[in-house]
Amino acid sequence: MQSVLLEEEKKVELIVEPEAEEKWDLVIEPKSGLFDLRLKEVWNYRDLLVLFVKRDFKAQYKQTILGPLWHFIQPIFTTVVFLVVFSNIANIPTDGIPPILFYLSGITIWNYFASCLNGTSNTFVANAGIFGKVYFPRMILPLATVLSNLVKFSIQFLLLLSLLIYFSIQGVSINIGWSLLVLPLLLVVLAGLGLGLGIIISSLTTKYRDFSVLIGFGVQLLMYATPVVYPLSFLVEKSYRWFIVWNPLTPLVEAFRYALFGQGTVSASSILYSFGFMLVILLVGLIIFHKVERSFMDTV
Amino acid sequence: MSESVIKVENLSKQYRLGEVGTGTLAHDLNRWWHRMRGKEDPYLLVGEENDRETVGNSEYVWSLRDINFEVKQGEVLGIIGKNGAGKSTLLKILSRTTTPTSGSIKLKGRVASLLEVGTGFHPELSGRDNIFLNGSILGMSKSEIKSKFDEIVDFAKVDRYIDTPVKRYSSGMYVRLAFAVAAHLDPEILIVDEVLAVGDAEFQQKCLGKMRDVSINEGKTILFVSHSMAAVRNLCNRVIHLKNGSIQQNGDTAEVVNSYLTSNNTIKTSYDLSKSKRRSGSGVVQFLSMELRNEDGEVVNTVLTGDNVTLVFKLRASVSRATKIDLGFSFHNAYDEVLAALYSSYQDYYIEISDSEYINVYCVIPEFPFSAGQLVVRGRIEVAGEESDWPSEPLGIINIETGDFFRTSKINNKITTPFLMKGIWDSRSY
Repeated sequence: MQSVLLEEEKKVELIVEPEAEEKWDLVIEPKSGLFDLRLKEVWNYRDLLVLFVKRDFKAQYKQTILGPLWHFIQPIFTTVVFLVVFSNIANIPTDGIPPILFYLSGITIWNYFASCLNGTSNTFVANAGIFGKVYFPRMILPLATVLSNLVKFSIQFLLLLSLLIYFSIQGVSINIGWSLLVLPLLLVVLAGLGLGLGIIISSLTTKYRDFSVLIGFGVQLLMYATPVVYPLSFLVEKSYRWFIVWNPLTPLVEAFRYALFGQGTVSASSILYSFGFMLVILLVGLIIFHKVERSFMDTV
Repeated sequence: MSESVIKVENLSKQYRLGEVGTGTLAHDLNRWWHRMRGKEDPYLLVGEENDRETVGNSEYVWSLRDINFEVKQGEVLGIIGKNGAGKSTLLKILSRTTTPTSGSIKLKGRVASLLEVGTGFHPELSGRDNIFLNGSILGMSKSEIKSKFDEIVDFAKVDRYIDTPVKRYSSGMYVRLAFAVAAHLDPEILIVDEVLAVGDAEFQQKCLGKMRDVSINEGKTILFVSHSMAAVRNLCNRVIHLKNGSIQQNGDTAEVVNSYLTSNNTIKTSYDLSKSKRRSGSGVVQFLSMELRNEDGEVVNTVLTGDNVTLVFKLRASVSRATKIDLGFSFHNAYDEVLAALYSSYQDYYIEISDSEYINVYCVIPEFPFSAGQLVVRGRIEVAGEESDWPSEPLGIINIETGDFFRTSKINNKITTPFLMKGIWDSRSY
């Protein structure tokens, strides 16, 4: 800043008219361009992003005995319940994958999407306290949610991996290898979908809380429209199959299982479809979010 | 030094009153429909001046309307005004937590806004973690915080607790740590809200001292919003008085503060305590209200220093006869620190009531010795040595303006001490 000031003084000396165009570092105005998303500013605040992720992780299990072990307990119990309900009672097949692995893999990948969506969808309302007092790029908080959920996902993925190894020792055929390289892409697409949808909902929630009610059960119902508790192959010749196929989450879950077990109904074009869908949702989300973040304190 | 670092042009902000409900959606749709056809927002035309006390015709009010001002580097600008005058809205726009409806603000240099200390503190995290978190929220980079970390801990004097979760801190330690982080920000423009009025007197002095320090020694520009005229007088070079969303006056501190205080005659300066339940004591004799009279016997709410001021206490007795009534009152400053107290018994004066329910007690304070500002008056009554009435609410407020205390026919605005005194002067050569 010092050097900027010095430069400016020089300029004033050189230019005869001192009233020449002044240089301002920041202009606060009512409107901004539709695509002026200030993403560079988000990069400038990356330290804060990292600190928020650390905060989420450190604070979540303070004063619990099991601590991060809770990340294991939730998927294990859910798997047990799914085993009983969907495998034993409803007799839904699992694509030839051992049911425990089938459900646990579905839950692990679904949890990542659902927690991204749930976490980001209340960004504005939950953080109104901070947002009302100080400015920083609002996108930092939903991004932090996505990243801390990635940490959680990694922990749950370790559980899945160790179970996989156990089963492969038992002689079940496992597909782990190069196909795992597709995993980062799947996670990016899932995170983008969760984030995009989440920030759209959080933007709408600032004025109309109706959407936060919707998201409460909507995410749960969405799980049943995604092949988490059943394989896509099970739906052949069902009249509502098209609905599940066009769900952009479907190829991602199927691809995740395909990468791990070599079983699943997935094609490159369907993943490309999910990817394109994600880009659109994310862009729309960013535009709406940026429009809302500027004045949401008035309506929240 | 004379370069403008803040330039506010035609700044306006409109708010919609009432609740968000179905009507809101209808307005939103109408607004959107106008915009689609390239027309102006229909609701911008209907806004009213923001006056809390009159019921308006429109749901839309202008919280700020056509504000224009500039701030030069190194200036300390005070912003004063009644509640609802638009001070906080202006701060919110300046600190970018909301946007203006029209107009613009141009800023030069890094801006830090302190609308609260300890924003984003997480109770479960240690002091160390919170310093980093809070510092980054306020706009410092990690390396900056690292280099200032020891200074911050030293300033807050919490070395021993630095790895303890802040929820275990005493509230004083918590505030000190939070302020220490804020005090080590290094912005060119600092925006400070009244919030710094939390904490004890020592802490407030520290805050004010620190602010004066950064403005004088480091040439920082400060915008300071406050209700405390004393703090504003102390700190600011220039003051803007906001009224109902527009600038009423913009100029020299003493001038603006004085005219603000005199325009304040609508402020309630005495309270009706007859129905108040928040009081202790036997209730034999109780306060009803208090009045302030000037030398001509007129009821006023603003007095001048050096005047003979009469305090009139209206009391009610629940017994037909009471003796040895000892009435006491005290003057407090804006921070509720007691400045002076006087019981009638100090001067061997006791009040008696016989065959009457109501009684007025008069106390003349000759040559009123408090300097300009506001005093809060509290009272307490003892009857025969036992507490009879001690309301927890104040009896009233005295607005004081600078008068001719020294009988020199000159108004001396330089005095910033709470008390004034006169001496008898003499000098001899030898």
